[in-house]
Amino acid sequence: MPDFWIKLWEWSPKILSTLLNATAMTVMVTLGALVVALVLGLVVVLMRISPLKVLRYPALAYTDVMRGTPALVQLFIIYFGLSDLGLEFDPISAAIVGLGMNGAAYVGEVYRAGIEAIHKGQVEAALALGMSPARAMRYIILPQALRLMLPPLCNYAILLVKDTAIISTIAAPEIMFEARRMVQATFMYAISGQIYLFCAVFYLALTLPLSQVAKRLEKARERWR
Amino acid sequence: MKPLLRIVDLHKSFGTLEVLTGISIEVAKGEKLSIIGPSGSGKTTLLRCINYLEKPTSGHIYIDDELIGEKKADGKYVRLSDRELAKERAEIGFVFQRFNLFPHLTALDNVGVAPRRVLGLEKRDAEEHAMAMLEKVGLAHKAEEFPERLSGGQQQRVAIARVLAMQPKLMLFDEATSALDPELIGEVLKVIRELADEGRTMLMVTHEIHFAEEISDRVIFMDGGNIVEEGPPTEMFSNPAHERTRLFLRQILDR
Repeated sequence: MPDFWIKLWEWSPKILSTLLNATAMTVMVTLGALVVALVLGLVVVLMRISPLKVLRYPALAYTDVMRGTPALVQLFIIYFGLSDLGLEFDPISAAIVGLGMNGAAYVGEVYRAGIEAIHKGQVEAALALGMSPARAMRYIILPQALRLMLPPLCNYAILLVKDTAIISTIAAPEIMFEARRMVQATFMYAISGQIYLFCAVFYLALTLPLSQVAKRLEKARERWR
Repeated sequence: MKPLLRIVDLHKSFGTLEVLTGISIEVAKGEKLSIIGPSGSGKTTLLRCINYLEKPTSGHIYIDDELIGEKKADGKYVRLSDRELAKERAEIGFVFQRFNLFPHLTALDNVGVAPRRVLGLEKRDAEEHAMAMLEKVGLAHKAEEFPERLSGGQQQRVAIARVLAMQPKLMLFDEATSALDPELIGEVLKVIRELADEGRTMLMVTHEIHFAEEISDRVIFMDGGNIVEEGPPTEMFSNPAHERTRLFLRQILDR
């Protein structure tokens, strides 16, 4: 099948450079959504552990809704649904907001698990020494909770990188979108399998280092528990 | 002489369970008081109420005639805010049964963190002070170790140093040796004995009857959320007035 190899050889530079550009977009959307998720997740967890029902219940509902519906559906609601109401997003903003809001529910749970995993005796010891609850949180609870939270947060970042593939459906020019566009160009159809393989390699290039970090953090966490 | 600690008609319930049914105790400055009694008698709850780790259902605590955990406004008792409460707690040292050292901090920082963050000492001053406290409990050479690398006895001695660093008016010990292996109990009791000899005011919930007899000025026997009897240790242990006290002492000494 010499024709096939020639095509692959001819088009490889074009494929690689296109995917490399698209990877930059994937990274940008991932980072943007990560920031939204980390910040919004903090709001969600602070509401969830609040003694006030008016704060706790909405946070609970938010978490249930976000985790109980597909991210793709949420994305479509934000991108197509809100534009009907006059709230227009470009694909990239919609992707960052959508994935970020979806992630906030997950990240909020990670925060909560981290805080709740710290033994009650730690707060008590801090309070007994004369720390206010805020100081106890700042100097005793959070430093410990953070170390517990980092590995799951890292895992979340890995999920997020992969989840950005769904934003190809709203035409955000990330890895998957560009790959499909190339395949749809008729002359590249014959090498579609190879193009998607390249895709997988690009995703792996992003997620493997993150997995390594997660593993290290996991080990560090085991060491002092 | 005015008492340093005054507990007035303290009640504590958890839901429908009444754990303390009206406790009144006075402790003089420099006095060492041991509280003994079967488990579930309310000893630990009593201790935790003194620094408001548990909020009393009713009754009042005074240290140096100052109300703890509440203030009087227009003749009514009002609970203090968390911040106001924190200030008062800083004067009461609490040694936990399970040490509760902070695992993310070295021994030195465990001792220094409250002087730094509560009293506002500079980092260097806090460390110097913490080192002096570690020396006092014989653990200066372990200053840079994290708690997990210390034995139970060493951890409890660091916990005691951590309390000492705040120079409390009153020290509360909640079964400070109960979680320790038998061979590690001695080193902790030795430290506590030294503190007693310095004339500190101490309240100890303990199962170490012989130790209590040796260092306390007075012993209180509690059962069912009540003070059954109290008196000097020799009298209490050799010739208890109540049948319940006798039974408890026999059980604990026959082990």
